Amino acid sequence: MIPAQFDYHAPTTVDEALRLLAEVEASGRDVKVLGGGQSLLPVLRLRMAAPEVVVDLNKIPDLRGVRDDGDAVVIGAMTTHDNMTREPLVRQHALLLSVASATVADPQVRHRGTFGGAIVHADPAGDIAAPVLALDCDLVIQGPGGRRTVAAADFFEDLFTTAVGEGELLVEIRVPKYTGWGARYEKFTRVAQAWSVVAVAAAVKVEGGSIAQARVGLTNMGSVPIRAHAVEAALIGQPATADAIKEATRRAGEGTTPPTDANADAEFRRHLAGVLTGRAVLAAAGAS
Amino acid sequence: MTRITVTVDGVSYSDDVEPRTLLVHYLRETLGKTGTVVGCDTSSCGACTVHLDGDSVKSCAVLAVQADGSSVTTIEGLAQDGVLHPMQQAFHENHGLQCGYCTPGMIMSACALLKDNPDPSDREIREGIEGNLCRCTGYQNIVKSISAAAKASSSTPAGVA
Repeated sequence: MIPAQFDYHAPTTVDEALRLLAEVEASGRDVKVLGGGQSLLPVLRLRMAAPEVVVDLNKIPDLRGVRDDGDAVVIGAMTTHDNMTREPLVRQHALLLSVASATVADPQVRHRGTFGGAIVHADPAGDIAAPVLALDCDLVIQGPGGRRTVAAADFFEDLFTTAVGEGELLVEIRVPKYTGWGARYEKFTRVAQAWSVVAVAAAVKVEGGSIAQARVGLTNMGSVPIRAHAVEAALIGQPATADAIKEATRRAGEGTTPPTDANADAEFRRHLAGVLTGRAVLAAAGAS
Repeated sequence: MTRITVTVDGVSYSDDVEPRTLLVHYLRETLGKTGTVVGCDTSSCGACTVHLDGDSVKSCAVLAVQADGSSVTTIEGLAQDGVLHPMQQAFHENHGLQCGYCTPGMIMSACALLKDNPDPSDREIREGIEGNLCRCTGYQNIVKSISAAAKASSSTPAGVA
């Protein structure tokens, strides 16, 4: 299959991209923004979408790369998953984002697919949103009127729906520094490259053999990623041992309403959430 | 139509393409590089894997216009002067194929893996080719072939591209 015909634009600056989006939308034509294309191109090829215009962000250098901004690390939206797995600043200060990126799909997809693209796509089975939520990232959105910042907790609105409006782009992701925290992204899939049935993002700060701070996000346990606040609270002050962690995490799925589909029903997903949270926190805490 | 200039297997080409043309179709139908195959048509199987500016990509998930100004290496660009690339030779010697349909993509992914990790464990090899499906399930000898190529290239200074 090949996609339906579309007009193609590859702007070289964010301003040019925003101008193009405004023009196309004013003309009433349907437009899609192309990031890494690892979700969009298969969708276009299957004719599940047939935009009249595609605006490709790949030629905009300002959207790529990672920089240190004092108390935060700033990630350009078009930074690839492969870059995220290797980038020293991310590994040092936001390890969870790096280890989660390393589990996305397969090497070829990670070479093209982008961190920001995965966030805006907001597939509930995608692997980037829960880590972004767990680490309280700020999402920087740029539109014709300038920039605004939305907290991750307010960003994911529904299936495939985020706070990024028409005519806007996600340009940067700001992550507070979690220097010295352990991290693990634990996912359950049917086969190696499949979407997560359930996955858990965990970051833990261990001090003196006890868990001092914890962040836990759940993937595919609802229409948007879920922060497991109760588990985080239960972990604080616990010794970083298998028994204590297992006890504090086994109810991670309680109170959630995950989907039932061909891969798993809701009850099995709640079970998986508890098991995977235990494994993720245990690994993040470096405990055995 | 959009004019693109792409270097493929060391040769520069300029062509007019429709924006919707996938890189794999440009390679096969415009350039005649049919060594790169279409397997699943859903971006799952990796049979169409090529290197785009040195990185392995699925050429069914890249538009030809996106390769404008870039360098592409396909399976047809690996052998030099009639001599098989060490990875091709290793697949040949270790029977790293059954029906052979996944082989072009497997070899391109394997070369990308060794560039990143010249001495991978069997597990790292399996993870390195997780984006490539073998419909014959002949993974055992594929892993053996890649392992053999890694060992062969570590003993020859030229290495694997």
